[in-house]
Amino acid sequence: MAENAKVITADKLTKRFGAFTAVDAISFEVGAGEIFGFLGANGAGKTTAMRMLTGLLKPTSGRAGVAGYDVFTQSENIKRRIGYMSQRFSLYEDLTVYENVRFYGAVYGLRSETLRAKIKAVLEELDLTHARNTLLAELPLGWKQRLAFSTALIHDPAIVFLDEPTGGVDPITRRQFWEMIYEQAERGTTIFVTTHYMDEAEYCDRVSIMVDGRIAALDTPRGLKQTFQAETMDDVFVRLVRGPKSSVEAGG
Amino acid sequence: MRAFAGFVRKEFRHIIRDPRTLLILFGMPVIQLVLFGFAISTELRTSNLAVLDMSRDEVSGAILDRMRDSEYFNIVEDVGSEEDINAAMQAGRVKLGLIFGPGFAGRFSSGDGAALRIVTDAADPNTARLLQSYAAAIVRQFQREQLNAPETPGMRIRTALLFNPLLQSVYMFVPGLIVVVLMLVSALMTSIAITREKEMGTMEVLLVSPLRPFQIILGKVLPYLLLSCLIAALILVLSQTVFALPFNGSMLLFWVECLLFIFTSLALGIFISTVARTQQVAMMVSLAGLLMPTILLSGFIFPIENMPLPLQVIANIIPARWFLEILKGVMIKGLGIQQLWTQTAVIVFMLLLFTGLSIRKFNIRLQ
Amino acid sequence: MQSTVVRIEHLVKRFGDVQALDDCNAEVLQGEIFGFIGPDGAGKTTLFRILTTLLTPDEGRAEVLGLDVVDDYRRIRPQLGYMPGRFSLYHDLSVEENLTFFAGIFDADVQQNYELIRDLYEQLAPFKDRRAGKLSGGMKQKLALCCALIHKPQLLVLDEPTTGVDAVSRREFWDMLGRLREHGISIVVSTPYMDEARRCDRIALIQDGRILSTDSPQALSRSYRRPLLSVRVKQSFAALRALREFKHAHSVYSFGDALHYSDARTTLTGKDISELRDYLSGRSIEVEELHPIEPTIEDSFMELSTERNDG
Repeated sequence: MAENAKVITADKLTKRFGAFTAVDAISFEVGAGEIFGFLGANGAGKTTAMRMLTGLLKPTSGRAGVAGYDVFTQSENIKRRIGYMSQRFSLYEDLTVYENVRFYGAVYGLRSETLRAKIKAVLEELDLTHARNTLLAELPLGWKQRLAFSTALIHDPAIVFLDEPTGGVDPITRRQFWEMIYEQAERGTTIFVTTHYMDEAEYCDRVSIMVDGRIAALDTPRGLKQTFQAETMDDVFVRLVRGPKSSVEAGG
Repeated sequence: MRAFAGFVRKEFRHIIRDPRTLLILFGMPVIQLVLFGFAISTELRTSNLAVLDMSRDEVSGAILDRMRDSEYFNIVEDVGSEEDINAAMQAGRVKLGLIFGPGFAGRFSSGDGAALRIVTDAADPNTARLLQSYAAAIVRQFQREQLNAPETPGMRIRTALLFNPLLQSVYMFVPGLIVVVLMLVSALMTSIAITREKEMGTMEVLLVSPLRPFQIILGKVLPYLLLSCLIAALILVLSQTVFALPFNGSMLLFWVECLLFIFTSLALGIFISTVARTQQVAMMVSLAGLLMPTILLSGFIFPIENMPLPLQVIANIIPARWFLEILKGVMIKGLGIQQLWTQTAVIVFMLLLFTGLSIRKFNIRLQ
Repeated sequence: MQSTVVRIEHLVKRFGDVQALDDCNAEVLQGEIFGFIGPDGAGKTTLFRILTTLLTPDEGRAEVLGLDVVDDYRRIRPQLGYMPGRFSLYHDLSVEENLTFFAGIFDADVQQNYELIRDLYEQLAPFKDRRAGKLSGGMKQKLALCCALIHKPQLLVLDEPTTGVDAVSRREFWDMLGRLREHGISIVVSTPYMDEARRCDRIALIQDGRILSTDSPQALSRSYRRPLLSVRVKQSFAALRALREFKHAHSVYSFGDALHYSDARTTLTGKDISELRDYLSGRSIEVEELHPIEPTIEDSFMELSTERNDG
């Protein structure tokens, strides 16, 4: 992984809603081609942080750059350079495979020549050429999910944000999906991913764990397990989120 | 029973927790009433009148005095020919002309049918119709006072004047508003409230609970029944206090008929919710299928007599059309149940029909 | 000795062309936690809706607490505690109002059954005036469970109670289910998370509307017949590809920080393992650990589901 180029830099990034501090001065950096796992309990501030980085929400204070642009002033530029995929809302069930891909290509302003070539490439890579005119609703979940991922990459973004991309997916499809992630990271795309599957946290190059609006830990999965003297990432997570006192009982 | 009470309490909480919707439901009729009320009173207070009196006797004089005394008319020209009235109207100096035929007083008392013509500037048809009605009302009032028994000579004029509907637009508005608002609250809000439970997944738990389906429905409907009555009362009170609209009929009959119509609308709302799966669909069906026909075809805005025959037939299957007739009858004409039983029977029939349909369609299961 | 609380026989349910359930059979015993484990779209929700009498089966029959779900639905319903997917709560009502409402419709008394939900509700009590819509996922889940429990049901039916909830809340939730079992409540639960299978007494693996296998988690893991190795390397992704190309490979999947390699041969000798190690080294992959391991539920599930698809 190229450690030199930083595609995400956050410095004391903060978001307050009234008196409530959702994200409390988080600082971290993500390098190009890195798979960065962004974990945290429900309500720890993950979604808010992600919205700030994707230019959907203006931070209260701090600094952050994404793909070389400033989140305060250049959120429109950021949106062009990132891809986004969430499990639920990415693709349209009542459009065909082809129409879905073409729509997203058009959204990102791809020219018709490039777009045609892109669509062809995406469908071939996913082995979906035969299902080109199939309604998305008729596609198995695993295929939908892979198509959503490829669509999020249609404009060759520098970073792709994946919000719980594998929720509810069967174990084989989940693994095939992670292999796609690996391949994409090898091509130099940065992957910023949230998940509730702790085994998936192990697949990341580095993992941050948010607790109450702060980043409580950030390291490689191996480093985290050493620091917390834990067997698995699940234990690391539980220890951090629940606090040391109750982690003993947690085993039961 | 305790379970049911808890259910109803919950429904009220839903309504109170959504102040925006509540504000719209109560605010909308008030705003419409105020706007309409004021628009009418300003227009009528400043109308100029031209007179062509070919009789110049004591009766025509007395009528003109009445006109002068009223706050709506101002006699500005006394002309010699019909052309003069036309000219004054074209120049915009007057909005209304009164033409007394020759020998007016004699024919008035003999019952031969005295000739009085009221001419209005139809370029502005709404105002024209209102002015016509106002003028006619004044004349009729005079006539009633002059001739002690209403069924004696002089009837000709009254029949001639009845040609103009009695202050139709003004009086029609309040009953029409009540009809629309009751339909909106009872049918639309109920169908949305029930489909929301489906969408949120809470309907599953309710169905699995010991609550019987009819209790679920009744519990959902009861708060809207109360809300509908409150809003109807609000409109009624406002129209009487602020705009001094008379209420001629029986208050008891008014409320009985209102309740009947509310139940019918609630049954329609329930029926919609058994068909629609989402709030969005329920709303579209209620608006397009109920509210639009209620506004357009009930006679609220366009008189049914003026509609093409097919639309008149369609209007007959709209409950609001019958209810509007009932309300007009009770509130304005002071009619009793003897004159209104046909319309009432139609609504009762519709109520039974929709209730039956809803019971058949409402499922004890999800499918 | 234990009585049966749920029995399904040859259950079939179709929605148009979609075969949601295909000849499903299972039995849940009194006082056990029975898990239906499978991905989204496997048919878990349809099955649960049949068990809760909300849907009727097209073929076959289902009995809950000894009663038929079609004929005796009215007698079944009051004895069930049901928590549908996405926790059905009223978002505009407060925590406390939700609880009293659900107690009310089941004609139950919050005080009387408080013991059952004490552990859970004490965590919620500080937020009792907060609207349910403003709670975090984990809190909503706990409240929904309280609401499903408040009338002390005989059988608890929980449809994906841990979906979208973080790992800590999930763990606490399962701890809670364990304690409920001690109160004598039988629990039927579904989940897409394979690692939760070991928290159940018995499980059924379900995919594409078919039950692949039913047994205790331990027995299901043991039913995995092939030799299985755990391989820990620095470059997982490269190793994954390399292992798949190995001539004896049956399947290779990543499992957290390791890879699970299953061999196509029936047994593996020490020599075979060294051969594999040499093969990886030959591909310049640095092996940190390589040793036989016990299969997990997830291994079994993947094996069973590929067997089915191939056959």
